[in-house]
Amino acid sequence: MEILVCIKRVPDTAENEITVNKTGSDIERDDLVYSVNEWDNYAVEEAIQIIDKAGGNVTVVTVGEDDSEEVLRREMAMGANNGLLLKDDAFKGSDGKGVAAILTAAVKKGKYDLIFTGAQADAGGAEVGGMLAAMLDVPYASLVNKIEILNDKTLKVGREIEGGNQEMSEISMPCVLSIQTGINEPRYVGIRGIRKVASVEIPVMSASDLGVAAGAVGDAGAKVKRVDYFVPALGEGAEMLEGSTEEIAIKLIELLKAKGGLK
Amino acid sequence: MAQFFAYITYKDGVADDAALELVSAAKKLSADSVIAIVTGSGSKLDTVCNNMTASYKEVWKIDNAALAYPNAEAVRKALVNVLPAGSIVLIPHETFGIDLGPGLSIKMDSAYVSDAVDFEGMAGTTIKIIRQEFGGQVSTHVTCDTSKGAVITVRPGVFQPDESKSAGGKVVDKSGSAGDLSVSRKYLELVAAQVGDVDITKSDVLVSIGRGIEDVENIEIANQLAKAMGADVSCSRPIVDAKWLEKSRQVGTSGQTVKPKVYMAMGISGSFQHVGGIKGNPFIVAVNKNPKAPIFQVADIGIVANILEFMPVLTEKITGA
Ligand SMILES: Cc1cc2nc3c(=O)[nH]c(=O)nc-3n(C[C@H](O)[C@H](O)[C@H](O)COP(=O)(O)OP(=O)(O)OC[C@H]3O[C@@H](n4cnc5c(N)ncnc54)[C@H](O)[C@@H]3O)c2cc1C
Repeated sequence: MEILVCIKRVPDTAENEITVNKTGSDIERDDLVYSVNEWDNYAVEEAIQIIDKAGGNVTVVTVGEDDSEEVLRREMAMGANNGLLLKDDAFKGSDGKGVAAILTAAVKKGKYDLIFTGAQADAGGAEVGGMLAAMLDVPYASLVNKIEILNDKTLKVGREIEGGNQEMSEISMPCVLSIQTGINEPRYVGIRGIRKVASVEIPVMSASDLGVAAGAVGDAGAKVKRVDYFVPALGEGAEMLEGSTEEIAIKLIELLKAKGGLK
Repeated sequence: MAQFFAYITYKDGVADDAALELVSAAKKLSADSVIAIVTGSGSKLDTVCNNMTASYKEVWKIDNAALAYPNAEAVRKALVNVLPAGSIVLIPHETFGIDLGPGLSIKMDSAYVSDAVDFEGMAGTTIKIIRQEFGGQVSTHVTCDTSKGAVITVRPGVFQPDESKSAGGKVVDKSGSAGDLSVSRKYLELVAAQVGDVDITKSDVLVSIGRGIEDVENIEIANQLAKAMGADVSCSRPIVDAKWLEKSRQVGTSGQTVKPKVYMAMGISGSFQHVGGIKGNPFIVAVNKNPKAPIFQVADIGIVANILEFMPVLTEKITGA
């Protein structure tokens, strides 16, 4: 089984408060801690668990800059066999469709039975996997929280839908699955593991390597463009309690009593 | 002007709330007319179509046995065959829309924008849309070139449902144009969510913990507070993903919908998928160390604090009082 997992380097929202910069052109990027997108970690773990049973290779791929190498290495330290960086000035400013087009070209350069993406990343688009599948003309399932291999052509997959219910389907390979958190427990990666893969060569492919027309991707090809970032004017918002912790606790208890929050 | 469509999702013959929200969403784009499009099979489909004529001037029905269960692959094929090129299609941004929308936009060769929370109008063929990133911590304006059509998913609950019901519309049967609906992803069955030890949907008071609890061992601190308050403990998704609490305790669109009197959001950022599971307008208290956390926009009372320090003090004041 050859599995390709598409991953992304994103600001870690567990480590940072995300704020808008002075001009609204971007988020404040100074001192940001980056990591691999939460959903992608589950996708890589799932891929590794599958090849542990069925044999084969896991390749992690990302569209990004040189600094994206660190997330590729992190996922290789988890157990992915190969990394692949898709990098070109022409890729900058791509919308979801642009990213999917670049990934489509990379997929066609290899031979994969399964392609995973995270269900969504920092922009909450939840779109690249579905676009990639449609561009490749292969079946797709989003928000997958269970994968069972039935035979070398077919999988049984569960999609997590509203209310935590699960929609089970049979899907033929090759296919694209977007992976939902909770499908597994991603393994811990220690410094040791990272060190082991620190000097592994990671191939880089450009627009011309991939045969992607520069005008079709990046800012030039994007139909959807982000104009600015902003923080909306708060509506009512919460009444903020201030004072020492004890004072706040006492005030809160009064409020809770009035609202039936204390029995 | 491009023709607007609203894809209607429904369960057991009853349209989702989003069906009427999309009427308002389309109005905000000053769409001259928006056509509802409903897929399915049999009498439940007919019921939904007939009900939708109150809100939409035209309701396109696609009836086919292959659409009896809303399999996104089959629905996509039907829509690609039925919709005119250049259409602008609005779809609710929930698990079905996420499954359908991206691929539909590719096959329609149109633009795609997901999870729109507001529209700032249309100039020529360009729509200006408001979205959110980073779990709602920041908002963005995006422009979408709709010259070759667009598929836009719209966040449920952000547009007021249009209750005027004065459209007096008609159903147009488009079933004949659906084409080949064979699929390579075959729907098998639904597996119902597991039932847990506590039914948080019945709780009056919830102490709900998020990633801010930091460690499985700290959950005891929340248990103590809940005990002092006579509350139950619920949580956000990452707590369940980490297997620290059972799935049945998860509040949100992919968890439980709760209707307590008081909801204590402890170290929860306030993503729309989480807040979407809190109904009945409870008194919401949010404690978060980030003063800009989106949860403060929906809370009644906000406290900027470390929950690991704040919860024990609150517990002590309650039990000591
Ligand atoms: C299809 C789909 C369905 C989903 N369904 C759900 C769902 O049903 N329910 C759900 O909850 N999520 C759901 N999610 C996930 C959702 O998008 C968010 O990722 C999740 O709600 C975040 O949980 P959180 O607020 O606990 O964590 P975070 O967003 O990481 O927030 C943690 C917060 O804690 C604060 N904090 C950290 N440490 C402390 C401390 N010591 N003291 C005080 N504050 C602290 C931080 O400032 C931050 O605001 C879904 C996602 C998808 C894609």
